Amino acid sequence: MDVTVNGAPAELTDGATVADLVAERSGGHDRVAVARNGDVVPRSSWTSTPLATGDVLEVLAPTAGG
Amino acid sequence: MTTSELAPALEREEAADPFELAGETFRSRLLLGTGGVPSMEVLERAVHASGTQLVTVALRRVEASSSGAMLEVLDRCGVRLLPNTAGCRTAREAVLTARLAREAFGTSWVKLEVIGDEQTLLPDGVELLDAAEQLVAEGFTVLAYTTDDPVLGRRLADVGCAAVMPLGSPIGSGLGIRNPHNIALLREAVDVPVVLDAGIGTASDAALAIELGCDAVLLASAVTRAREPERMALAMRRAVEAGRLARGAGRIPRRWHAAASTPMQGLPEL
Repeated sequence: MDVTVNGAPAELTDGATVADLVAERSGGHDRVAVARNGDVVPRSSWTSTPLATGDVLEVLAPTAGG
Repeated sequence: MTTSELAPALEREEAADPFELAGETFRSRLLLGTGGVPSMEVLERAVHASGTQLVTVALRRVEASSSGAMLEVLDRCGVRLLPNTAGCRTAREAVLTARLAREAFGTSWVKLEVIGDEQTLLPDGVELLDAAEQLVAEGFTVLAYTTDDPVLGRRLADVGCAAVMPLGSPIGSGLGIRNPHNIALLREAVDVPVVLDAGIGTASDAALAIELGCDAVLLASAVTRAREPERMALAMRRAVEAGRLARGAGRIPRRWHAAASTPMQGLPEL
């Protein structure tokens, strides 16, 4: 299925969940947060939240900031 | 004398005058931002030298974020994390960012920042107040980065912000406190802690903030972008301490003309 991840088009396996996306994209970060279509997906729902074609996803991680 | 040799004496001074914020007690009145830090080694040394117990962090897309090393360093330093909403321009963005930060960092404390102008990065008071109200209602502990407007400060306190954090001057400008009178008025206007946030350039700015009645100081660039961040972190710590002592000791009134400190009685005729 075609989705948008962090501003860029991406293709994910049909049936993929938020947990699958995080596993693919988190780059070793364990404190990651995910927004799907403008809403937070709580960590507790990652495995039970399937993604859908057209989803707009943001996968975020800590960085330095004032 | 090295930073570590000085630390015990400074810690004793700080412990005698704790900083209460949202029901928590902090020994240090210095909040440190991690923005602009050149390396993790420098960050660790600066955190230690500053004595800070509360450190700001941010969230970015995973490919642009720093490595996991930053949080390891901060965990090792034993500091509490304060996520910010830097870069948000609307209440909607800021509320969503705060919720995401709560997920990522496991804290409901947030430095709420809603920017209204690209050049000056000045806060947008309308969006800020809206976001603050929503986040307080959702149970967040909101520390609001705001302008030095005492009326807006009062409105932020009224909607339940745990602290009001007025700027001294624009973020990263190092211009110090441009309107000390407003900072002192804002301090009078609210019952919650006031934290001077943004604009600090050097130690005297931090001391002035505390002398004006601010309960604490938040700074990042002044330390992280200093030629020697660790030394500047220590300078800031001592400046906050000096400001606190001076505030408690009570400054003399300002006078237009001189008032001799040496008595005139007994002046010989020569």
